This record gives sequence, C-alpha cells and structure tokens, in this order.
Amino acid sequence: MKKLLTSTALMFAMGLPALAQEYTPDPAAAPGGNIVVTYKDDVATLDPAIGYDWQNWSMIKSLFDGLMDYVPGTTDLRPGLAESYEISDDGLTYIFNLRPGVLFHNGREMTAEDVKYSLDRVTNPETLSPGAGFFASIAGYDAMSDGSATSLSGVTVIDPLTVSITLSRPDATFLHVMALNFASVVPQEAVEAANGDFGKMPVGTGAFSLDEWVIGQRLVFAKNENYWRAGVPYLDAVTFEVGQEPVVALLRLQNGEVDVPGDGIPPAKFTEVMGDPAQAAQVIEGGQLQTGYITLNVTMPPFDNVAVRQAVNMAINKERIVQIINGRAVPATQPLPPSMPGYTEGYAGYPFDPEAAKAMLADAGFADGFETDLYVMNTDPNPRIAQAIQQDLSSIGITANILSLAQANVIEAGGAGTAPMIWSGGMAWIADFPDPSNFYGPILGCAGVVEGGWNWSRYCVPALDELATAADSITDPAMMDERMSKWSDVYMSVMEDAPWVPVFNEQRYTMRSPRMGGAEELYVDPVSIPVNYDYVYVTE
Amino acid sequence: MAGYLLRRLVQSALILLGVSFITYFLLFILPADPVRQIAGRAATAETVANIREQLGLDQPFLVQYSRYLAGLFQGDLGRSYLQRTEVSTLIGARLPATLQLMAAGIATELVLGLSMGVAAALTRGKALDNSLMITSFVTVSAPQFVVSLLLLYVFAVKLGWFPIGGYGTFAHIVLPALTLGLLGSGWYSRMMRSSMVEVLRTDYIRTARAKGLTRARVILRHALPNAVLPVIAMIGIDIGIFMGGIVVVESVFGWPGIGQLAWQAIQRVDIPIIMGVTLVSAAAIVIGNLLADLIAPFIDPRIKLR
Amino acid sequence: MTDATRQVETAKPDGALRRLLRRKLAVFGLVLIGLVLLGAIFAPWIAPFDPAEQHFDGLTLEGAPLPPGGVYLLGTDLLGRDLFTRILYGAQTSLIIGVAANGLSLIIGTLVGITAGFFRGWIGTVLMRFTDLMMAFPALLLAICLAAIFTPSLWIVAMVIALVNWVQTARVIYTETSSLAERDFIAAERILGASTGRILFRHILPHLVPTIIVWGTLGISTTVLLEATLSFLGVGVQPPTPSWGNIIFENQTYFQAAPWLVFIPGAAVLLLALAFNLVGDALRDVLDPLQRGRD
Repeated sequence: MKKLLTSTALMFAMGLPALAQEYTPDPAAAPGGNIVVTYKDDVATLDPAIGYDWQNWSMIKSLFDGLMDYVPGTTDLRPGLAESYEISDDGLTYIFNLRPGVLFHNGREMTAEDVKYSLDRVTNPETLSPGAGFFASIAGYDAMSDGSATSLSGVTVIDPLTVSITLSRPDATFLHVMALNFASVVPQEAVEAANGDFGKMPVGTGAFSLDEWVIGQRLVFAKNENYWRAGVPYLDAVTFEVGQEPVVALLRLQNGEVDVPGDGIPPAKFTEVMGDPAQAAQVIEGGQLQTGYITLNVTMPPFDNVAVRQAVNMAINKERIVQIINGRAVPATQPLPPSMPGYTEGYAGYPFDPEAAKAMLADAGFADGFETDLYVMNTDPNPRIAQAIQQDLSSIGITANILSLAQANVIEAGGAGTAPMIWSGGMAWIADFPDPSNFYGPILGCAGVVEGGWNWSRYCVPALDELATAADSITDPAMMDERMSKWSDVYMSVMEDAPWVPVFNEQRYTMRSPRMGGAEELYVDPVSIPVNYDYVYVTE
Repeated sequence: MAGYLLRRLVQSALILLGVSFITYFLLFILPADPVRQIAGRAATAETVANIREQLGLDQPFLVQYSRYLAGLFQGDLGRSYLQRTEVSTLIGARLPATLQLMAAGIATELVLGLSMGVAAALTRGKALDNSLMITSFVTVSAPQFVVSLLLLYVFAVKLGWFPIGGYGTFAHIVLPALTLGLLGSGWYSRMMRSSMVEVLRTDYIRTARAKGLTRARVILRHALPNAVLPVIAMIGIDIGIFMGGIVVVESVFGWPGIGQLAWQAIQRVDIPIIMGVTLVSAAAIVIGNLLADLIAPFIDPRIKLR
Repeated sequence: MTDATRQVETAKPDGALRRLLRRKLAVFGLVLIGLVLLGAIFAPWIAPFDPAEQHFDGLTLEGAPLPPGGVYLLGTDLLGRDLFTRILYGAQTSLIIGVAANGLSLIIGTLVGITAGFFRGWIGTVLMRFTDLMMAFPALLLAICLAAIFTPSLWIVAMVIALVNWVQTARVIYTETSSLAERDFIAAERILGASTGRILFRHILPHLVPTIIVWGTLGISTTVLLEATLSFLGVGVQPPTPSWGNIIFENQTYFQAAPWLVFIPGAAVLLLALAFNLVGDALRDVLDPLQRGRD
C-alpha cells in the first residue's frame, strides 16, 4: 500500500504550514538581457558530483536539475525532474515518476537510466565525490563505498520514466538529499566524452548551459531554450567574472558595469553603502543557514570539564564580535540558525557574564586560569575574530595562543583531535539542506569523532545519537512537529554539555544594480546561494 | 660550445629534479591532508581511506614520488585534486597572463632603470644624480605589497586613471607592471649608472669627443650601446626575482596568472597544482640563468664559457 | 651576479667608520636604525597603551576604526587597538626577525661558502650544486610552504626566512674563498705546513669579514621585507604579536576607507629596509673600495 504525496502535501514534511504553493512567476518579468556577476575565487569545477564551493553551488543549480528542487527564494521542497513520487508505508521505498520529454543540453531525452547512472556515479569511490556520504541511506551504499559493487542495489529502473529507490533505513531528509547538487542527473555519454573533465564541460538539463569558459577569467552561461519549466529562465545569458576583489566588484557595480557582486558587500564599503539612501535601496539583506562557532575539545583537559566549557560560553562577548564584522551577523544562542526548522525559540543561551564565568572557573579548580591554543583559518576577518575571542578569554584568566593557519592545516588539526579550540570561521557550517539533522551528524554526532572527522569538539553522546536517529526515522508528514521537537531536544542537550560556543549567525548583505528585477528573496535565496539565476530578470 | 650547452642542460635538468624532490617532500610532510579536502564534510572514514588508496596517498613517500616522476617524464603533471582538471591545462590557461605581466614588468624596469641610470651618469655628482640614486634606494627598499596598494589607492581609487585590478586591457596591466618594474628599476639604474660612467671614461669615448662629435651623438651612438649591453644581460636573472613577486602582485591586483593559482592551491593542499607551478617557475628561473650565462660572452669577450 | 675578478682588501676598521660617517646617506640610515632600535627597546615605556588591548571606544558603533588624532595618535585598527602602540611593538618584531633570521642565514651561508670554496672536491661540488638548486626555487613559494609545515612562531618565521635567504651569501663567500685559496700567501702557508684550521681562521676568515659585514647589513633589509611579505600573506608572525606586515594584512580590506592602517606600517617597513640598504651600500664602498655597485 503506497500513498501518493503531491507537492502540497510535501509541505508537512518540512514541518511548515501547507500554505506555500508552487512558485508564481513574477508578472513584471520580461525575457531577455545579460547580467554580469562577479566572484573573487576561481570556479574550480561545474561537475555536480564534485562542486562544493560558495561560488559554484548556485551555478551548478542552474546547469543541472535533480529529482527534487526548492521553490525559488524559499526552503520549501517541490518536485524537479520527478513529476511526482510515492513513498511506501515503512518509509523505505521511494518511487519517482519522471517528467517526460526533458532534454539534456546535448539534445537527448533524460530517462530513468540517467537517474540511476548519476546516483551510481556520485557514490562510486572513483568519482571522489565530497557528497557521496549524503547517500548513505540508500540500500547498497556500503557495497559501493567499499568497492565491492559498481551499482547501487537500492536504485532500480522500473521503466524509462519510473525509478525506484530503496533505503536501508528510514531517512526523513531523503527528499532533501535528492535536491542536493550531488544528486543532479547527468548524461553518461557526456561524462565519458569529457574524459575526466566533465567539470569543465558540463552537460545537464538545467535552465542554462555553459557557453564559454576562459579559465581564471570568466564563464558565460546561455539560456536553455528547451528548458522544461515553461517561461524560465528570463535572462538570455549570465556572465560570471572571477578573480574580482569584492571591493572592486562593488565599485564596478556603482559604475554600472556589474549587476550582482557574488561575494556580497565588502565590510570596508558597508558603512559607506548603507549611509547613501540611493545605494542602500539596492541592498538586500537575508538570513543564512550558517552558524559561526568555537569548538571546545571535550577530550582534552581542561575542556573535558563541562563547567570550564560553560564558563567559556559565558566569557565570549558576542555583541562585540558582531560589531567587529560591522554588525553583519546576529549573536547566536544555539547551534541551529534561527531560520532553520527545529530552532528552539525563546532559548536565551548562555549570558555574557565574565564575572560569573570567572567564579565558575575558580570552582572548577582553575582560579588562576590556564593556557590553551585557539586555531583559526588565516583569512580576514577570522584572525581578527580570534583575537577578540582571545581578549575575552584573557578576561577570565585563560591564555589562548592563536594559531592562524591555512584552511587545510586547521581542518587537519581539527580532524586529528589535537586542537583544543577552533574558531570555525571560513570553514563554518553552512547547511547543505534546510533540515536540523544537517547540523548534527558529522559535526556533533559520534560518526564525526573519527580520525579526520569534522566533529572537532570530539563530542560524542550515544544517547543523543539515538535520539537523532529516532527523529530522522519519523518520515510521516503528520508527525513532523514531533520530529522537530526531538531535534530541538537534541540541540538543547548539546547546549547543556557546551562542546561549542555558538557565536553568531551571519546575515548576508548583497546588492543588485538598479536594472535588476525579481523578488528580493531570489537575491538571498537560502538554497541557490547567492542568487537564483533562473528567476531574476532585467527591467531595461 | 655544444659540449658546454649540453652540460648546462643536463645540470639544469638535475636542478629541476632536485626542486621536484624537495617540494614533493615538503608537501609530503605538510601537516594537512589533501584527502580531507577532497572527501568533504560528510565523508565516512571508509570513504576517506578509499580516496587515499585511489590517489596512492597511502603509499610510502618514495613510491609516491617515483610515481609522480614517472608521470613527469611523460609530460604528465597530474590532475588537480580539487578541480579534477589536468594541471598542465590549468597552468597553460594562466601562464600567458603571468608572462604578459612579467614582460611588461621587465619593459618597465628597463625603461625606468636605464633612463634613470643614464641621466644619473651624465649628471654625475650633481643634484639630479644624487636624487636619482636615492630614488633607486627607495624603490629597492619598498615592499611590493605596499607599493601595489599605494599605486591602487592613488591612481585607481583617488584619481581613477586606471582600473582597480582585473585583467584584459592595456590599462589593467599598467599598475601591476609598474609595481614589479619599480623594484627592478632601482637595481638597473645603479648598474646602468656605473656601466655608463665606466664607458664614458674609456679612451674610445674620449677620442670620439676629441674628434669633435657632439656630446649627444657620442652618448647615443657610442657610449649607450656599449654601456647597456652588460646591463641587459641581467634580464635572465630577473626572472627569478619576478617569480617571487607574482604571488603578491597577482593577488593584490586580481591578475589571473599562476601566482594566484599557486596561492589558492596552497590554501587547500592541492598538491599537483603546487608541484606544477613550482616546477614551471623553477624552469623559468633555470632557463633565465642559462640564457644570461650564454649571452654573457657575446657582450663581454673577457668572459669565457667554462 | 658574481664577480670573479673581485678583490678584497681589508680596510682598517677605525678608518672605515670615519669614512662611513662622512657619508650623509649612511648617517641618515644609521639615525633611522637608531630611532627604530630605541622605539623597539623602549616600547613598553613610550607606548601609550598595551599593544593587544582592544579598546571599547577604539571602534565606532558600526565597527569602523578611528582616524589619526585624538587619544589614539595614529588612529586605531579594526579591533580598536592603538596603531601607534602596535607600530612601536612591531619594530621589535621586525628587528628581532631581521637580526635573528639574517644572523642565521649568514652563518649557514658563510659555512657553506667557505667549505665549498676552500675544500673544493666533491664536497664543494655537492654544496654548490645544492645552492644552485636553492636558487632555482621561487623563494616566496618555498617560504610559504615552509611556514605551513612548521607551526608558526616568531622564531620559526625567522628560521624559514634564514632557510630561504642563505643562498646569496653562500655564493658570494664561495667566490671569495675560492679566489683567496688560490692566492700565493695561502699556498705559502700550506707549504709551511699550517693546519687547515689555522689557514681558515687566521687567513681566510679575516679577509671575508668586510664581505660578511656588508652582506649582513644588506641582508637585514631583505629579511625585513620578506617577514613583512609573509605576514602580509597571513603566514608570518602570529597574532596578536604585532608585525608591520600583519598589521597591513589585518587591515587591508579597509585600505580605501582607512588608508593610514596600511600606509603607516608600510612606510615603516620601507624606511627600515631603506636604512639598512643605505648603510650596507656605504659599508661596501668604505670597506671595499674596488667594488662598484651591487653587481
């Protein structure tokens, strides 16, 4: 017995009201035009199985589609290449019915075989995909992972337009996983023809196709005239210029040469821009599913003492740190960002109270404080934030030596479990998908406490892992409130044990040129970060 | 000559081999794991082990290095860990920008340095000479990152004469080339000055003057060509100095060359790219030195190739 | 860049000093070095604040730094610390690294150069081929890699710089030693049965002293610049220890809105490097009248 879920019913799965509907196109939108978007860092790859960077995430979203998708500007799931789907009662089998007549950029029609090929490819160790782990709940994943199989046993093609995916355990986040870039559908012949360079010669079903790529300089995306979603995209082309400093990008925007600065408004220009009404009107602010935190290694004395960790939580002046980054964040009280389902409303977090913190340290036997190391990634503003943390710690007697290193070195120290404290900035957790489970498993759960794991505080409470598993086993949309309350409990327990100091949730401030149209949410899209290229348009 | 050239070529190849060995070793003992960068945050220990095995990073150092070397001898620099593209493609795409910048930098330092040097030599002991020589001290003492920021601030931000970084037109190359060129111009002006002073003292020039040729003619037709040659021979050596400067200059000006590529690769331990850029830079330096040594005897017959 | 025909005549030190002081630029350089030295030594007494203290009133409400003037003489940095204080303490960093790194690289360079130049044979060949190899490294890339391997501290940065910088000294010392070793008086000593140690310490080393002094002085300038560059790239001296290079690194994004944060420390680096270059150049002329220009 299977029950059919429509996209509307799906909204229960998010624990959100069922009001959100399929996206209504902007009546003012007119097709045509070419916009210029800038980024500082080069685009490494456009292969959806590999790309995992700030700048290529949304580019890949525009070139490819997965079975699932999000309503533009929101975190609400909607069907993508799957027209509809059915979930078995035990929550273990998903049947996806594909849209007929969807064409790849090379003109071939997309079929269920492509879906299977794509999932096999991303989970095949030879692909070296950083996203393979997201698919661990699919039956047969383990055999793929250890190299004993070359195809996921849980994914079966029923007919050219129907694919069935069986899970080895219930996974409430599975539909989100199917909306990840890593789950994008790619054509086998194009991957093979590219001979290892699919990331530079991407072929997908997305709203845009790659037209030109001058390495280190620019990429041009051209409108996919055969796009299966009627009416979009509006733009004829998007030009991405890379290697552009954020300050330069902003000045060029002021000159009318750039439409969207992909890296946002640089801190040094922020006050100037916000002080000018004409420019401030072009600024768009949005939340971000991100938390900046300090990890405290619970296996290393004195952080193995919960009182010490709580004292550190109370010593950090979060307001001051937010001021240092020009107020472009809100102080955080808990691991989850406020816009994430499962966030505990009304929880005030640890108060900023150095005196009390000092007393707690003294009670714990550290009246004279202690010396420790604080690791931080060596790009601005992180060393500055670390120094603010250092000053706060010294006020309660803790001497923290800063180790400002390249990203890879910090990740290494965190993974090896040798870092007592790490400021997460620059490597911080930005949600892969809008679900509370995404902030737990690898960074707070026992699974991340392995050599090289991302659980840098080495915090592992088996009972919490069980609670998390129980929460994620609730796949019945009617019970989503229960699921979220379980997640809220998980994070509240975490706060009690204080393996982290949640410091702030970054706010995104971006700008658009006056000719750009489209709802503001599209420019701070929580999923298509930073811009949803498929739905924005120009008005001139 | 042919024997000398052959020996020098063999020597150069051995030097590059040594560079590759040392760099590979340094990257091997680097306390950062490229596999973690590739595997991503959600990877299990099993996936990580799998990736490590596939890339051969579980092997002992000498095995890894000899594999790299085997590829190198076939002209294969390997694939970037993170971009998955051939390193040769990535360097090939960016090398022209770096070469343009170096060429423009060399042109700038020669034009500035030689003219300053000649002017100083001709006004020897006078105020102009003194101020030019002080200027040359200042330019060789100025850190390139400060110069580049200063040029950006004055000529791009305040005056708006040039773009604030980027690549493409002639206007884009002026400030980065000036940054690179200013440093060298200090050296060249001093070399040129002493070379010119020396030539002006020779009997040959005195005779020319005595024959009643105009001062301008003597300087342009006789003194300058003789004085400039030994200085020009230094260009080969400059390449090494430029290779050191490009990381900073390219990153400040957003110049899409191999310096930026290397810098980004170092941040994320993309070992094949770091190896590739180091080898290409070292090759440029070695070739530059070789050229300088080969040109020397043609310019100064007293020097013999040994 | 080496000059095989170069000859060394040891000058009398007292005469050299007097001649040095007759040169205006050298005196200017010495005065600058003296000022920086005084500032560095007496920083704890001169500086109005603690270099690491982040003043609450040192930032505007929007988190912008304060311009020069007022309580904070040269303004504040992006953490609200007093820039003047940090520049003073930064002088300590520059000088410590300048002297330590350069001292170390002189020692390595001199040892390698003398050994290779005096003993020749396979030792000499191996050593000089190794310096050739080091010459082929893009110095900054090598320094960045080294800085990433060792957990950085003030002394590690000094060591990294020394490891990159000794090569030039080694080559110059090598050239001089090998030409000295061929000279008649050394040959005579050998025939008279003088021990290797005696020849090295009594005859070769004293002749190298002027070169070592000149390269030692010029080398400090190179070292100061390299330290600043590494710190500017964020791989040098660790915060919160102020270094002129890391002050610029931390404040670079603000350089349009707050140019003083970049150009004041920038000018400090330039002046110190200039001072050592001027003194070094003058020393070369004074100690070694036959040598013209650096090359």
